[in-house]
Amino acid sequence: MTFIPKPKIAHPSLPRNELGLTRREYEGALSTLCAGCGHDSITAAIIEACWGISMRPENLVKLSGIGCSSKTTAYFVSGGHGFNSVHGRMPSIAMGANAANRDLYYIGISGDGDSLSIGLGQFCHAIRRNVNMLYIIENNGVYGLTKGQFSASADIGTKAKKGEVNQQPPIDPVLLAMNLGAGFVARSFSGDKAQLVPLIQAGLKYPGFALIDVLSPCVTFNDHDGSTKSYAFTREHYEPVVEADFVPFKKEIATDYAAGEAVPVMLHDGSRVVLRKLAEDYDPTDELHAHDYVQQHIAKGEYLTGLLHCRPTQDTEFHALNRTPELPLNQLPFERLNPGSKQLGKLMARYR
Amino acid sequence: MSAAPSRVNDFVIKIATVNGTGSASANTLLMKSIFRSGIPVMGKNYFPSNIQGLPTWYEIRISKDGYVARSGKVDIMVAMNAETYARDVRDVAPGGYLIYDSTWPRPALLKRDDVTVLGVPLARLCNENFKGVRTRILMKNICYAGVLAALLDLDVARIRELLAETYAKKPALVESNMQAIQLGYDYAKANFSCPLPLCVEKMDKTSGHIMIDGNTAAALGCVYAGATVAAWYPITPSTSLMDAFKNFADKTRIDPETGRANFAFIQAEDELAAIGMVLGANWNGARSFTATSGPGVSLMSEFLGLAYYAEVPAVLFDVQRVGPSTGMPTRTQQCDLISAAYASHGDTKHVCLYPANPEECFYMAVQAFDLAERLQTPVLVMLDLDIGMNDWMCRDLVWDDNYRPDRGKVLGKAELEKIEKFYRYLDKDEDGIPYRTFPGVHPKGAYFTRGSGHTQFGTYTEDSAEYQLVLDRLLRKFATAKRHVPRPVIEGDGKAKAAIVSIGSCDGAVREALDVIASRGVHLDYMRVRGFPFSEEVEKFLADHEIIYVVEQNRDAQLKSLLTLETRVDKAKLRSLLHYSGLPVSSKFIVDGVLGDLLEGRRAVSGVVS
Repeated sequence: MTFIPKPKIAHPSLPRNELGLTRREYEGALSTLCAGCGHDSITAAIIEACWGISMRPENLVKLSGIGCSSKTTAYFVSGGHGFNSVHGRMPSIAMGANAANRDLYYIGISGDGDSLSIGLGQFCHAIRRNVNMLYIIENNGVYGLTKGQFSASADIGTKAKKGEVNQQPPIDPVLLAMNLGAGFVARSFSGDKAQLVPLIQAGLKYPGFALIDVLSPCVTFNDHDGSTKSYAFTREHYEPVVEADFVPFKKEIATDYAAGEAVPVMLHDGSRVVLRKLAEDYDPTDELHAHDYVQQHIAKGEYLTGLLHCRPTQDTEFHALNRTPELPLNQLPFERLNPGSKQLGKLMARYR
Repeated sequence: MSAAPSRVNDFVIKIATVNGTGSASANTLLMKSIFRSGIPVMGKNYFPSNIQGLPTWYEIRISKDGYVARSGKVDIMVAMNAETYARDVRDVAPGGYLIYDSTWPRPALLKRDDVTVLGVPLARLCNENFKGVRTRILMKNICYAGVLAALLDLDVARIRELLAETYAKKPALVESNMQAIQLGYDYAKANFSCPLPLCVEKMDKTSGHIMIDGNTAAALGCVYAGATVAAWYPITPSTSLMDAFKNFADKTRIDPETGRANFAFIQAEDELAAIGMVLGANWNGARSFTATSGPGVSLMSEFLGLAYYAEVPAVLFDVQRVGPSTGMPTRTQQCDLISAAYASHGDTKHVCLYPANPEECFYMAVQAFDLAERLQTPVLVMLDLDIGMNDWMCRDLVWDDNYRPDRGKVLGKAELEKIEKFYRYLDKDEDGIPYRTFPGVHPKGAYFTRGSGHTQFGTYTEDSAEYQLVLDRLLRKFATAKRHVPRPVIEGDGKAKAAIVSIGSCDGAVREALDVIASRGVHLDYMRVRGFPFSEEVEKFLADHEIIYVVEQNRDAQLKSLLTLETRVDKAKLRSLLHYSGLPVSSKFIVDGVLGDLLEGRRAVSGVVS
């Protein structure tokens, strides 16, 4: 058997969330990725994030394409439906699924090959449509399953394991997403769980397209000297510029941030994302400013992390623009969908 | 020349114009006024892949006997396009008529002495009576409708009534159009002997009927089936299906209280995304569909394979156009029969439905959703441009208010509560169809959908036996599908040695051909297949006949190939009649092909391949 189930044994002392569930109940099948893979850390962060906000497992829909990253949807929240689709096409599955049921939480897990090469078109158009989903790119700069070819996110000058040097400019999903008008754009690092967990929570709750580009080193094919996506290089060059905290609606907490340096962004359900600026001159709510700022720092070899852009207004989400009803389309009673025989008679009139 | 024998309510008019000159309104006007006079009528539009400037033709067949196919001849040609004069003149049958714009006399046209030439100075009449270049061009076309009204004895009051309906919101246009009609009408009355021996006489054969195109009817079927998510990428000739869905949904699916739309209409970035959205929505429990044509099916193939293997319902309308490649986008063919049936890599096959006319498009659209959900697989409804874009006379569409969608084997919350564990791909009922669940209903219902190798329990596998178990069950499911797809239409007493087997829009031409062939003393049985995989009835019909003519509209005998591959029929019995010019097949083509072969042993007549 090539599928490895994970024993579900919860120690009675494990902490429980508001639903009475332990973290174990947010786990999935055993990972089959290489030991030390950054993707597994992201999986762990997703489990922590979902447990932390007491997500009902059945309300999480996990979507992916093809590649190492796309496999990981099987490794968390086994109580949620998963759809491992075809290479680069996860965004269209997400769009259709989201159109059918606006009430669920959609998390798409993709990679740099899946999103920035074969699936670049679908990635861009999912942003344009403002599909309400959290889109995580587990970005390692290489194709792992096919053994180490450069991906479209590989930086100029980065070295492949066999020594080849990349000379083509990278596609940066963060700049691209800001350019296309995404309302929630973040960058993080698989090794920074403290930063990642609240970002995932905020992204899941954000009512629109939320992107987190997570640098996730490939221990097998891209963790050597000369690689700009290795653990060592990432730790050295990735700088948090803004911290995000996710504050659920229920928790009435006293303002613990000083005015001027922290910006709360209200979400539709009453919860908040609190942005704490670590750089004095940075404004994450202004997308033009954020885009230029991030780009200027990349030119200097500095990769900024955190919730780099969060638009306070959230009225262009797909369902809002399409004026669909509150009740999900897949739950509308047939009587409301079928116009009936009398109406058919009327509709026939113009064809006589 | 001698006067032709009276051919009341039985002739063909062909109108040659330039694309983008408003001739479509004139042609619709003519056809509708004949239809409203109770006379069966067919209209076919042969248009270019162009917005303005290229030649376009419209063929109207008036048939008291109710034949809806092309007859293969032209009795009256309205030659409005100088560029195509030569071939248009050639097309007229002996004893026929040619109407042309005599503002610029064309003596070369008069070379045929077996055709009556009627010159009408249409441009001069319109230049004298209308202002503005564009108006004059448009009115010239309305003007020929007036000429035909006089020549054919059409009811002018009915034409006015139609104009009033068309331009209900712009009454000024009714008057100017009527003026153009009257100009042509008066000129013809004053200069020709009206009516011609080819003319119309009121009948009562169109009540209970409508004139509708297949794309519109299919779209209406989607609305009635309860489809809520429509995703598509524009492609001729399928676009009007989506346009029609949007129009009907805007009329019938907007909540009167909240103004909310009880549907989502998504223009995708390409066909790959369109089918992906359809799969996502169906997987999540909404009825969802797309419409496309051959090139789109090529692009959707990868996803169709996923849907087959992961067992996700989907409804796809393939409005077939001429291939290969981009081919001739505005011409008709049945050339995707094989690519649709086997779309995608690996051992993959799909349920296909083959409507013959708009009426069937409506009912089969509804059936397609039921089948897709019952069988948990894509269903491809195979229209073609002829069915999809031309107006066909068909019986009124009716709806049974007792209909409820067949959602197939879906486990809801209550059922999931009761069971210990849910396994997605188990064949509990031994019909090859497993049970499915929707996200968000119950944590017990969760499963992982994947296109990679999986076990009957839904888990990933690379184990040969586990993989094969699922693949073999899919075959059992396909066998079950044979009992669910629409049965073939079979006609004749079953005693004839020879038969015709056909598909889709060939139906009208075949039916007329059967009558003509019978009038020559040869009686054939007829079977029209309506669904794939082929049922036992198809097997039996094939077994019961010694000579079987397979009539279809493609070069490579795709229906014959499918029959050979998927039934037990002896290949030697099948003889192909292949029509693939891009125009709808005519009855004459079939008559000539069958009789030539059967009576004269001419197996090599044009277009006939054994």
